[in-house]
Amino acid sequence: MTNGEQLILMEGITKSFPGVKALNNCRFELLGGEVHALVGENGAGKSTMMKVLTGVYQKDEGRIVYLGSETEIPDTRTAQNLGISMIHQELNLAPDLTVAQNIFIGREPRRAFKLFLDENKLHEQVRELFRRMNLHLDPRQPVSELTVAKQQMVEIAKALSFNARVLIMDEPTAALSDSEIEDLFVIIGELKRNGVGIVYISHRMDELKRITDRITVMRDGSYIDTVRTDEVTTDQIISMMVGRAVYHESVPDTKAASEEIVLEVKGLNRGSVLKDIGFSLRRGEILGVAGLVGAGRTEMARAVFGADPIDSGEMAVHGRKVAIRSPYDAVRHGIGYLSEDRKRFGCMVDMDVKTNVAVASYGSYSGPLGFMRDGAIGLASEKVVETLKVKTPGVDQVVKFLSGGNQQKVVIGKWLTRDCDILIFDEPTRGIDVGAKSEIYKLLDELAEQGKSIIMISSELPEIVRMSHRIVVMCEGRITGELSRSEATQERIMELATKRVLKEAL
Amino acid sequence: MKLSVAGNPVQLKSGALQQLLAFASLVVLVVFFSLSSSNFFGFSNIVGILLSTAVIGVLALGSTFVIITGGIDLSVGTVMTLSAVMTGVFITFWGVPVPLGILGGILTGAFCGLLSGLSVAKLKIPPFIATLAMMMIAKGLALVISGTKPIYFNDTPVFREIALGSLLNSIIPGFKIPNAVLVFFLAAIIGTILLAKTIVGRYNFALGSNEEATRLSGVNVDKWKIIIYTITGLFTGLAGVLMASRLNSAQPALGMGYELEAIAAVVIGGTSLSGGKGTIIGTVIGALIMSVLTNGLRIMSVPQEWQTVVVGFVILLAVYADMLRRRKK
Repeated sequence: MTNGEQLILMEGITKSFPGVKALNNCRFELLGGEVHALVGENGAGKSTMMKVLTGVYQKDEGRIVYLGSETEIPDTRTAQNLGISMIHQELNLAPDLTVAQNIFIGREPRRAFKLFLDENKLHEQVRELFRRMNLHLDPRQPVSELTVAKQQMVEIAKALSFNARVLIMDEPTAALSDSEIEDLFVIIGELKRNGVGIVYISHRMDELKRITDRITVMRDGSYIDTVRTDEVTTDQIISMMVGRAVYHESVPDTKAASEEIVLEVKGLNRGSVLKDIGFSLRRGEILGVAGLVGAGRTEMARAVFGADPIDSGEMAVHGRKVAIRSPYDAVRHGIGYLSEDRKRFGCMVDMDVKTNVAVASYGSYSGPLGFMRDGAIGLASEKVVETLKVKTPGVDQVVKFLSGGNQQKVVIGKWLTRDCDILIFDEPTRGIDVGAKSEIYKLLDELAEQGKSIIMISSELPEIVRMSHRIVVMCEGRITGELSRSEATQERIMELATKRVLKEAL
Repeated sequence: MKLSVAGNPVQLKSGALQQLLAFASLVVLVVFFSLSSSNFFGFSNIVGILLSTAVIGVLALGSTFVIITGGIDLSVGTVMTLSAVMTGVFITFWGVPVPLGILGGILTGAFCGLLSGLSVAKLKIPPFIATLAMMMIAKGLALVISGTKPIYFNDTPVFREIALGSLLNSIIPGFKIPNAVLVFFLAAIIGTILLAKTIVGRYNFALGSNEEATRLSGVNVDKWKIIIYTITGLFTGLAGVLMASRLNSAQPALGMGYELEAIAAVVIGGTSLSGGKGTIIGTVIGALIMSVLTNGLRIMSVPQEWQTVVVGFVILLAVYADMLRRRKK
């Protein structure tokens, strides 16, 4: 493999699904030893494009040139044999198998007439692979004992073991800490030197600036442009992506939340995960919850929502003491929770928009004998689509065909339909592109102005500083500090987020 | 694939296509057997087919509910038997009036369903295991309560009329369709309404589609699961009464294996075993396909052993067709 030679050229790629033109005359080129970013809002066609390249989807029109010759990729196996591998956001590893077993699963070296597995050879091959990647991992360790970052390395190693020349990384840093991201970048550098071409899908502009050589921008299923990374500014990329101005307005200081406390939590404990959590939430307020990954923010949200059992703790809603033992209790008291993992915990992806909007409110849409009032459900969901500006052909559209941002809006619509006035957003903009992000921000601001109270968990410091009236910071299951809007800086938050409380010393 | 449902071509419900496929297969089978044998498409043979579908059909209707939640109920065969035995106990041993005895039989089924539901929802036992246990319990109880002997309804001749009498014949003379068939179709209509029009049905699909997301939407998932298993039990109890009436006796040793035939009918009818998708009309068609097949093959003098083999292949084919379509998506 030599650097600079053309690995892949996709030209005139068109792909339609019933009712939607997902790709329209799209183009993408990848050179050996290049890190090439593919950016665009969700629904722009990035993943469809990559699915065409990896044989998941078949193109309707256009051609794929691989190493100089036109190639058909009818299925994923063909792609793999050609050396095109994708590292998905959700990792595909068997947790109970070891690192080595995972890498060579289905292709284990064997001996004695192929009757027995050749463990020594397996580990030798894996060690050789790790040497090439400059990776320090024990091939015999079960994957379940590894951090997400290390698991990702295993996935990359697996791809390379197929002699991958093209590696597609979908949001590789989404679940990684800063130091882990550095490790990943070192590996990427190593791969570049070996002439591997990398397609890098990410929404994080700072990363793109750092490690990519070129950027291809897509929008609404069309190819916009390919540019050299060092020749454009972040703002230029963003405006190419969204084709419109980005919402930057922050909560004005003057519009402080009212003094009325809608939710008060005291002494919340859960095993070693949550310790003595206490905070209050006011009407019309956005309360940011900051902290590093693993600080217990999601656990706190789930505990308040009744999704996980707690050991002790008191909660009061609108000044009245309540016992919340299940999401059913929480929702009855007007608390709604929006998980960061929409596909698993947020919506029913195989169901249509109206079902997803109505599911939390079926009780109020059923008449005598339990008969459903479908007309009313239709109207309510159409109202959600209209007020939240959900991009969908209609309320009968199946949710899995919507982009991440629009799915998020459907889930928000579910809680608004149920009339919840306390909303807990867990990473509301994760996996959502810049344009949709600004729409979600605007929506959160509007909700707060209408008197809804919002708890917003976020790992993105600029987001949390910009959006919140007040910020609580968590570290190792405790709340380590509270900052008002004027006190909050990214530095100050980081300081609190790393403020470890010595357990027994206090 | 340009079948437009509610004016939206994108959303051709996969259930609709499977149903169409199932219905087409049914028609093809009927035409095939009619051409192969002049005995097939006669009034009495068709009535015979419908009558033999009734018990399994009602059982399959009930199973559809649990299967759409993504669960399974393996106990419906023996619970049906227990319900039949209890009906016998009420009517023959205790001398309870027939209508009350029937109600008792149906409620026996519902009670077993309730217990299965409680084990699944509250004890968090996987449905396969919980209902396997219920299957054994019901089988054993049916034998214990009946003293392993059949209970006959000879003292109450009216009981036999439930399945074998013909209400339609008394309205339209000559139109001699047994009541069991009527009960089956009535149960199917009630099932359709429950599933498609009421809140139970909505939660049924929501549970099957994504149980955790449904729970996190503030739905009392446990409660609805219990209700759904109880509904399955109600239909199972009804099947038990029908069966007892048809045989004019409660046969405590019968019933094992019926649950698998019911599940087969549900699956052939396009309901997904992974939950979230399915219809009652599909199940009705599925049950009819199974009986038409066995009846037709019998008329063509195919030995019974071979009939079973054929049904096995049909199940494979039906599920494979479903998979194939799903993969294409």
